[in-house]
Amino acid sequence: MHINGVEIENTFAEAFKMRGARLIITGVNPRWAMTAAQVTTGFATSVIACGCEAGIEGEIPADQTPDGRPGVSVLVFTMGPKGMEDQLMRRVGQCIMTCPTTACFNGLEGEKWVKIGGTLRYFGDGFQISKLLEGRRFWRIPVMEGEFLVEEKFGIKKAVGGGNFLILGESPKAALAAAERAVEAMKQVPGVVMPFPGGVVRSGSKTTSKYKFLRASTNTAYCPTLRRQTESALPQGVNSVLEIVIDGLDEESVREATRVGVEAACQPGVVRISAGNYGGTLGQYQIHLWELFQ
Amino acid sequence: MTTTNLHLKEPVTLPVEAGAISPDRFAGLSQAEVAALPLLVGRRQRTIGDLFAVEGDGAEEIVVEGDLSHVKHIGQEMSHGRITVRGDAGMHLGAKMSGGEIVVHGDVAAWTGAHMSGGLIRVHGNASSMLGAVYTGEKRGMRGGVIIVEGDAGPRAGERMRRGLIVVQGNLGEFAGARMIAGSLFVFGTLGARAGAGMKRGTIVALGGMDEAPLPVFHDACSYNPTFVRMYLRKLREWGLPVTQEQIVGTYRRYAGDVTTLGKGEILVYDQH
Repeated sequence: MHINGVEIENTFAEAFKMRGARLIITGVNPRWAMTAAQVTTGFATSVIACGCEAGIEGEIPADQTPDGRPGVSVLVFTMGPKGMEDQLMRRVGQCIMTCPTTACFNGLEGEKWVKIGGTLRYFGDGFQISKLLEGRRFWRIPVMEGEFLVEEKFGIKKAVGGGNFLILGESPKAALAAAERAVEAMKQVPGVVMPFPGGVVRSGSKTTSKYKFLRASTNTAYCPTLRRQTESALPQGVNSVLEIVIDGLDEESVREATRVGVEAACQPGVVRISAGNYGGTLGQYQIHLWELFQ
Repeated sequence: MTTTNLHLKEPVTLPVEAGAISPDRFAGLSQAEVAALPLLVGRRQRTIGDLFAVEGDGAEEIVVEGDLSHVKHIGQEMSHGRITVRGDAGMHLGAKMSGGEIVVHGDVAAWTGAHMSGGLIRVHGNASSMLGAVYTGEKRGMRGGVIIVEGDAGPRAGERMRRGLIVVQGNLGEFAGARMIAGSLFVFGTLGARAGAGMKRGTIVALGGMDEAPLPVFHDACSYNPTFVRMYLRKLREWGLPVTQEQIVGTYRRYAGDVTTLGKGEILVYDQH
C-alpha cells in the first residue's frame, strides 16, 4: 500500500492496556493554565521510568470550563489505579497547586475514582473548606496567593497505551518535518496524547538487551548507524527514523490518531511508514496499518 | 409523564395537614385511591377528594392548584418526581424531602425545605421565615439539595444548615445562616442584619450588599475573586438566575467568623465598586 507515494508496511502497532485520567486545569489566562499543564506533563514520557505517561490534549475556551477561565485538558496514563493515584497526587500537588492562579477539575466520568483533592486538602492545615455542588465535592485550600480549588475525586478508566508508528525518512530533516506535521494533525483528535517530547521519540526501544540488568534497549533494527552491524529493518535510502507514540482513552481514538498521523506523515522525503510490534507478545491491541485505510 | 391534577374546590381557612400530597404516596394508586388518601383539616380527618377535584392518575408529576396558603406539608419527605404548585403554598413545603423537584408559582410560608437532604425547590414568588432551616430543638437543618427563591425571603433562612445550597434572588431577612454548620447561601439582593450569627462553617455570599456591617464577631480578612464563587455563579446562570459577568469576575470582601464559635464560616460581600 502506498499513500502519496510513501510505502505503508503491512504490519501492526502493538498497544496495551493502561488507565487514563483527564485533568482540566484553569488559570487566570491561557498562559498560566498552559504553564501548569506543561509542568504537570513534564517528565512523563514513558511509564517505565517516569511513573506515568502524560500530555496536553488541548486548550479549552473559557466558556467551557467549570470556573469560566481559560483551561487546558491534560491526559495522564498509568498501568493501574494505584499508580494513577500516586502520580496525580504528586503532579497536582507539586505542579498545579504551586502554579499561580490555577484550579484543577476532573474531566472524566471514570469507571473508578481516585481521591486527590480529598487528600491534598490536608495542606490547608485545618483551614481547608469543602464545597459540594451537584454531587461533586471540591476543596478550597488556602494558599499564600489566595485559594487553590481542586476536585476531591478524579475518574479513571481503562485506556490504551503504546500505539505507535515509525517514520522512515531519507534524511533527519525529512523525518522530522514529517513527524512535526503528523503530530500537528494528531492534536486535533480528542482523547489522545503523544507523550514524548514534542510528540516525537527518536530513541525507540526493543524489549531485550544483551545486558541482564536492562529490560529494554535501543531498537537496533531501526538504527541507521547499525546497518550491516546487526539485523536491520531499514530499506536502502533510509537515514533517519522517528517514532510517534500514542496513548488514548479508548482504542478507537488511538486508531483514529494513527490514521490521521500516518496520512499527514506521508510526504516527500519519507520512504516508508512502519510500526513497532513484538510479534504480538506484548500488548492486547494490534493496530494494523493497512486496516486503517480500508 | 403521568400527571395527577389536584384543584382546590373552595378556599380553606383552617390549617390542612397535607403530607399525603407527594409522589411517594401517590405511587401505584388509582385516581380513586388518591382521592381517598387522608388529610387533617383542623382537627378533623378528611380525604384529598373532600378538598380537591382529582384528575388523572400517576405519581410522576402532581399539579396542585388554588390558594394553598393554609395547606401545609406539600411534598414532605418526597424522594422523587415533581410537584407543581399554582398558587401560594403553606408551611413546611418540601420539608425533609430527599429528591425530586417542587416548583411553586406563588409565595411559600415558613419552614419551606426545612431539613431537606436532596432535590430542588424553586419558588417563583417570595418565601417566609426559616427557609431551609432547622426545627426547634434539632441540631442540624438542611443537609443537601437546592432551594431557589426568585423573590425575597424572611428571617433565619438556612439556620443550622449542614449542607446544600440556598439562593435568594431578592432580599434576605435578618439572621440568615445563623448557627450555620456548612453549606452555601447566596443572596442577590440585600443581606439582612446579623447574618451568620453563631456560624461555625459555611458560606454566605452577598451580591447586593448588606443591610448593616457584619457582626463584630466577623473579621475582615481580604479582598479576592474566589474561584469557587465563579463556579457557583456560572451554575446559577445555567439554572436561569440573572448572574452578571461582573459578579463572576469581580472581587469579594471576605469576613471570617463567627469567632465566638469555630470561626471557620465566611461572609463574602461582592465589591460593587
